[in-house]
Amino acid sequence: MALTNEILKQKLSDKFGEQLTEWDEQYGLLTVRMPAEANLKVIQHLYDAEGFQFLTDLTAVHYPERTGEELCVVYHLHNLVENIRLRLKVYVPVEKPDVYTATKIFSGANWMERETYDNLGINFVGHPNLTRILNVDEMDYFPLRKEYQMEDPTRLDKDDEMFGRGGSI
Amino acid sequence: MSEQTQHHIQLAEESLAKQSTTLNLGPTHPATHGVFQNIMEIDGERVLSTVPTIGYIHRAFEKIAERRPYYQVTPLTDRLNYCSAPINNMGWHMTIEKLLGIKTPKRVDYMRVIIMELARIADHLICNSVVAVDTGALTGFTYVFQWRELIYEIYEEVCGSRLTTNIGRVGGFERNFTQVAWEKINKFMEGFPKVMREFEALLNRNRIFMERCIGAGPISAERALNYSFTGPNLRAAGVDYDLRVAQPYSSYEDFDFKIPVGTTGDVYDRYMVRNDEIWESYKIIEQALAKIAKLEQEDPTQKDVFYAPESDHYHLPPKQDVYTKMEALIFHFKMVMGEIDVLPGEVYHGVEGANGEVGYYLISDGGRTPYRLHFRRPCFIYYQAYPEIVSGGLLSDAIITLSSLNVIAGELDA
Repeated sequence: MALTNEILKQKLSDKFGEQLTEWDEQYGLLTVRMPAEANLKVIQHLYDAEGFQFLTDLTAVHYPERTGEELCVVYHLHNLVENIRLRLKVYVPVEKPDVYTATKIFSGANWMERETYDNLGINFVGHPNLTRILNVDEMDYFPLRKEYQMEDPTRLDKDDEMFGRGGSI
Repeated sequence: MSEQTQHHIQLAEESLAKQSTTLNLGPTHPATHGVFQNIMEIDGERVLSTVPTIGYIHRAFEKIAERRPYYQVTPLTDRLNYCSAPINNMGWHMTIEKLLGIKTPKRVDYMRVIIMELARIADHLICNSVVAVDTGALTGFTYVFQWRELIYEIYEEVCGSRLTTNIGRVGGFERNFTQVAWEKINKFMEGFPKVMREFEALLNRNRIFMERCIGAGPISAERALNYSFTGPNLRAAGVDYDLRVAQPYSSYEDFDFKIPVGTTGDVYDRYMVRNDEIWESYKIIEQALAKIAKLEQEDPTQKDVFYAPESDHYHLPPKQDVYTKMEALIFHFKMVMGEIDVLPGEVYHGVEGANGEVGYYLISDGGRTPYRLHFRRPCFIYYQAYPEIVSGGLLSDAIITLSSLNVIAGELDA
């Protein structure tokens, strides 16, 4: 029987129960939140038992207004046999952005995690070489975090208000 | 050598004790076709290990995109894989269409398919002819480039620019294909097979070329999958994963084509997979032209369909209307000023780029600009396997491996 979002959701809830929360299915892509300490357990289970053996993408998002869980690491996994994708999310606080590395499972996660560290400062615990990859080594901040503005902050015409999300003035 | 005779040479510590040589290949080296730096440890001609350094042309597109209205993000996507910019543009438009729920008409889909497959041909031509150049055959390169030039003329006729195209709009194209564009496409379809066959005759069964490429820089299917390879490089290893078939977009399900696969994932397999894909793309364009002709024959009004009507709010009105009609002027102004909001939502859309799965992970909070936009860039992901592929091989094999992987610096660094 072909694996569908419903079956997958059922299987995962049976296995992990309350640990998986915030189920969502936008545009046909099953999305779920997992706890930061159990991320490898979930990914390893998906790899071994459900055939999600392809890591399509790994990135992170900064939500400054979500106090205590500002940073969100997003995994896109793909089961190539059943041709079904799955999005996994992990929320971590910006003061202690620790997430276990997926490099043991996917070799391809190495640079994706380095890029995520470089841009958003996620600390991938256990990563073999967690250094900056795109930005200069001397950089002492994480540029994709929302507190760093793109434009000169003194320019009124470049204020956030001009971009539809309530300005700072 | 005595201690006295070499006092003027400043040698690094322990450099005499170790038996290998450190070679700094790049960042700008004529053999690497782009800004790639590799610090290699070589023993004679054998590569022991290599450490790639990337980021020399990092332009922070993901950050820039957070402050650009949606239509201004399209020129950023051009500059990822600049050898096949239209595929990136179309992928971005399709991401927004997915977010907004716009269904494009069949004719638009087929026109997009034509442009995307032309882009794929152009990209594969560059890659394959550069592999030939790196193995010592410059002739093929100069020969097929005339036809790449014709493809660029087609882009130019459709959108006005050549390399970084900014082609198409949300919902379709900015304007209908002109008569000249169709003529140029037909000219390409007539003349290209002969040229391509000659290019194949030059290389495919060329003894020197084969000896040079077979067995160079191989990767197994398991390792390739574990490294998240996509596109021709994954297929050369023997995995028939092609997004055009696995998760069709832009009506690819209407077309009949094969997915060429290799077995060993070496340079020759990658070359042959790209070579066969050029023919498959050619077949797809042929079918697309026939399908458009059939649509227009059945319903002559189809001739004027070049964008989805429901994308009106996101599609710039024709310039003559802007000058004469009030509504068109208002829409034009709102769009150019970036005052068009889109729905909040979270969407991932992947298209089969020339190098693999080009993915757009877009989070919209309902504003005019993306809240977060992440580009899944196939080059960035598979270039990390480069040290593993070239270690233990010859230095000259490392060079052709780099060109046959088709690592594009723009896509690597975003």
